[in-house]
Parts: sequence; structure tokens; C-alpha cells
Amino acid sequence: MKKKITALVLALTLSLSFLLTGCGSSSDKLVLNVYNWGEYISDGSEDSLDTIKAFEEWYEENYGTDITVNYSTYASNEDMYNKISGGAVSYDVIIPSDYMIARMADEGLLQPLNFDNIPNAEYIDDSFHGLYYDPEDKYTVPYTYGVVGIIYDANVVDAQDVGSWDLMWNEKYADNILQYNNSRDAFGTAMYKLGIDVNTEDKAEWQRAADELIAQRPLVKSYVMDEIYNMMESGEAAIGSYYAGDYFTMQEAQADHVDLRFYYPEPTNFFIDAMCIPTCAQNKELAEIFINYMLSEEAAIANAEYINYASPNRIVYENEDYIEDMGEDAMEILYPDLGNFSELYNKYAYRSLSVEMLDYLNTLWETVKIN
Amino acid sequence: MKKHSVKSRNSSCRSALAPYSIWAFLFILVPMLFIAYYAFTDNDFRFTTENITRFFTTVSSVRADDGTLKEVHTYLLIFRRSLKLAVISTLICLLIGYPLAYRIAHAKKRTQQTMMTLIMIPMWMNFLIRTYAWMTILQDAGVFNTLISRFGLPPVRIIGTETAVIIGMVYDYLPYMVLPIYSVMTKMDNSLIEAAHDLGCGSLSVLRRVIFPLSLPGVISGITMVLIPSISTFYISQKLGNGKFFLIGDAIEGQYVANNLHFAAAMAFILMVILLVLMALVKHSTSRYVYGGDAK
Repeated sequence: MKKKITALVLALTLSLSFLLTGCGSSSDKLVLNVYNWGEYISDGSEDSLDTIKAFEEWYEENYGTDITVNYSTYASNEDMYNKISGGAVSYDVIIPSDYMIARMADEGLLQPLNFDNIPNAEYIDDSFHGLYYDPEDKYTVPYTYGVVGIIYDANVVDAQDVGSWDLMWNEKYADNILQYNNSRDAFGTAMYKLGIDVNTEDKAEWQRAADELIAQRPLVKSYVMDEIYNMMESGEAAIGSYYAGDYFTMQEAQADHVDLRFYYPEPTNFFIDAMCIPTCAQNKELAEIFINYMLSEEAAIANAEYINYASPNRIVYENEDYIEDMGEDAMEILYPDLGNFSELYNKYAYRSLSVEMLDYLNTLWETVKIN
Repeated sequence: MKKHSVKSRNSSCRSALAPYSIWAFLFILVPMLFIAYYAFTDNDFRFTTENITRFFTTVSSVRADDGTLKEVHTYLLIFRRSLKLAVISTLICLLIGYPLAYRIAHAKKRTQQTMMTLIMIPMWMNFLIRTYAWMTILQDAGVFNTLISRFGLPPVRIIGTETAVIIGMVYDYLPYMVLPIYSVMTKMDNSLIEAAHDLGCGSLSVLRRVIFPLSLPGVISGITMVLIPSISTFYISQKLGNGKFFLIGDAIEGQYVANNLHFAAAMAFILMVILLVLMALVKHSTSRYVYGGDAK
């Protein structure tokens, strides 16, 4: 019995110490905890800039102090959110997507930035101010953005069928079409096609989109997330929708008998990932200096070239070397002129849905998937 | 006498088990209690059975083969489909694994070691990577179809079918069937088999009436170790089923991603209870055949 009690006490102390670490521990050396998407920063591979190391060196040169950056990654906004809202961690800089930023700001999980420490923010394009997720530009500095388009294999798809979302419902290409294996994105394709507001709270509209997805099901070869790369590159499928930046990756790796092309259907989806500082940050000023560094010419161009997504930073997209490296075609696809960006963005980007709508969407998605 | 020595060894082992007991308490028991707690509470952590009833009562309309719409119980349908695939995979694992384990257990010591290593080697690789490899093998223009086209055979559609999902499950979980059966077989008392032969029992009868009953504990733990992961998998069905098979694991993951933690926990809880009941039934119905079992 005594042993049992000892074990219990030991177990409880252990679990308590797990709960209490994180926001408490601090040592003499300055530490910056950066939490970002995987594969979302230039990391020194293939002769690129090792951004984290470069920042540490740059900081020591300019401030004379030795710092350490702890860099860790997440696979989805939800993973990141669950970890931060759980409260057992401390991160100084995070780079979530727009809808998640809106939610975190709403729940008081983000701190207002002190832009005196981020002078490079002035290089951000004017279109990226006053967007819905941060209407007063208080919490965020945009890092990358992307527009969803349709990728198709020109050896399979006839030129006359190209141009709109209808291609993903074209019976001629049955068993050649890929759809997202993720409720929000899959519903998005149907809603843009039907002209439904992707953020509507009207259940009947969501039901209409679900019916469209059920009708599409016999034509769909596969519901995919990152498998889309392999399937498009090898010619297993001929039609799929994804971000422009990812299209370049697929095109580079395409098989000989595959000829991948890309277009923007209208309307379409936008995303922005932006740098923010969560309330559990330990070193707010250092975090701001890091954000400022990420906007500097050296880091911003290296990251934009590494990630292959569009940059909202003027230093990047006006840089001649960058334009030359990317190539004219890529620049045209990556930075399309679709009209007034902020207006389109605020109208068509996904926003956080209410808990009730999320639940409803999930139920509809299950119906689509079991059909 | 035998029983006594086992017992005294047990008690001296107890203190050696302390590290594992703490581990099991922290990372197995506590999480399971959390699952139960979440399953029976709502978003504000008030007691509710709604999550549980939701699992059994949610309906949606599904288009049948003849084109008509019919109402089905969403989660019961998903569960039935998962169970079906898992049971088929488990049976195939048993059909392949049992003779294999028997063969290995009766081979020479050196051969035994080699064969066991061969079975273990694939497990050194992460199963996500192995499943991904099956995608390239089974896809329409994949390794398998290229191979059979060399022999002038027409390509077959495997990826995205039930067959592909079952192949993936059998491949991934076969070692979990072989290992426990093998370990029971090596410990089997050979004199019992010899006695059966001496008393005039034919080879087939020996297998059916002596060897198989003696190996049942291994078979049962093999079934448990294959059935449980294959019923709750979502990765294999997503990758090899072209995302067209929506299994109970997918449903739980979907609810988790939608931040519906309480309902996700309820589904996991129900799955756990059903599996425990199933295993108890299997154990009960076979216990009278098991050497040293409860039934007299």
C-alpha cells in the first residue's frame, strides 16, 4: 500500500511538473522561440540562406549579445492553436493563416505589435492593410500569400474546357479529377463554382454545396492532400486545384508524358500567412526584431525563393535578381493581376466559421464521404 | 507446485514493474480517463450523454446503387464498414501468419533467427513511409501494373479499392499476428504432441485437437493486435483508398480537426468499449479450449 502511495505521489509530481514547464523557465541567455509551418523558411539546404543561423549572427553583430533561436514547426493551424491555447507552451513568434489569426485575436491570444521595432513593415504592399483578420493592422505583418488555381495536364485536357471551376465537374474527365480531402477546401471549390459566399451562415447554401460534391464524387479519382504532388507529377490524375507556388514544384518534377499548366478560375480563394506574437511570448522586443529581420532584403528574398509562394514585401517582388530567378512566366502566375486585391481578398477568403457552422460543415462532409 | 513458483516470482517482479506502472498510469490510464471525461461532457464541461447518443442516432441520406436516396445511421454505417475491412484483414493475417509462425517455430534455430529478422526488418521503417511506398506500387501506372504489362496483361485498378486498403493493412499488421503465435509455439510442450501421435492421433487431428488449442492464447493476442489498429486506422485507408473510404478513424480525426473534441472523444470511447466487449467475447468463447483456461 505504501508503495502504491509513493508511486501515486511520484506520478502526480511528474504530471504537475509537465504542466508547469513552458511559460515559467528562463535562463540568462536570450532565447527566441519561433513556431512556424514545416518547410516554411529558407533553411540552408541547396545553398540557400540558413535564416535562423543568419539571424543569430546578425543579432550578435548588431547588439553584441549571444542569442539562441529555438525553431519548431507545426503541420496545421489547428495543431498550433491547440498547443498555444492549451497554455503549457511559450512561443515568441508564430506564423498562422488569416482565419486562425482572426480567431486568436478574438480570443485574446495575440499581442499588439510595437511597429517602432519593425521599421521594415513599411515595405509591405498597400493592398495588405486593413484586411479582415486584422482590420487595424495591430497584430500582424504578412509573410506570404497565395491564390488557389486549377492545375491540369494539357496532354489530357482540351484547351476549350479550361477556364472555370466547371473543369472539376466535367464528366469527360471522370476518374482524372482530384478533390481536396479536407472539408473546407472541398466545399470551397463547390461554393465558388455555384457562386455561394464561402463564409455564409445559411445552412441551405452549405447543403447545396454538399449536393454538388456528392454529384462530383463518381468523377473523382482521389481525395487528396499532399498526395496531389505525386499524382499530378506522374500523370495518375489530370485535374486538381492547389496554390500557384505548389504548381511550380509539381511542374519541375513532372514526368515526360505530362504537361502541367495552371489557371485562375473566378472567383477563387486567397490565403495570407502572417507573423504575430502570442500572449505567452517571453521576449516581445526580441520577437519584433526577428520579425523585422524577416522583412529585410537578405531574409525576405531567400525565404520567398525557398517557399515559392508570393511575397507581400516590395523589397522582394521588385528585386531584379528575384524576378530573374523566378522567371517571367512564374512571376505572372505568382503575382496575378486579378483586380483590387484587398477587396477580392476580404470577399472571397475563408473566415473562421462559428462553432455551430463548423459542426454542420463536418456533418455534411461526412455525408459526402460515405456516399 | 508449478502454480506456486509462478506466483512467488510475480511478487518479486512487482517492484521491477514500478517504472512501467508510472508510465502506464501517466500515458495510458490518465489519457483514457480524459477520453471518458470528454466523452461525457459538453463544451462547457457539464455532464451530458448527448455525444454518445449522437453516435447512435445521427442519420444522413445516401444514394444507393439503384440511384434512390435512403436514410442511414451515419456513424453506425461508418463503424460497420471499418469493422468489415478490419475483420477481413485480420482473417487474412491469421491465414498467412499462422502457418508461417508454425513453420518458423519448427525450423532450425539459425533459420528461425533469420526468418524472424526478415519479419522484423520492415518494422524498422516508419509505417507511413511503407504505406506511401504501396501507393507507388499499386497506382494505375505504378510498379505492379508496369510489371504485369510486361507479360502482356491488361492493367488492373487496385488503388482506391477495398483490395488496396486490405493489402495495406495486412502488410502493415502481419508481424503483429506472427510474433505472438510464434512465441506460443516455441514454448509448446512437445511431449504432448508426441503423446498424441503415440496414442494414434493422425497428423491433421494433432493439429486440430492439440496444436491449435495450445496455440490459442497466441492466436487471440495476435487477433487483438491486428484487429484493433486496423479498425482505427485512417492513414492506410486515406492513402491506399484514394480518400474514398471513410472509416471510423477518419471520422474521429475529422471531428478533432473541427475542434469537436468532446464528440471525437465519445467516438473513441464507444470504439474502445465495443472492442473490449468483442475481445471479452472472443476470450470467453475460446477459454475452454485454452490450456490452463478458466473453464473447467
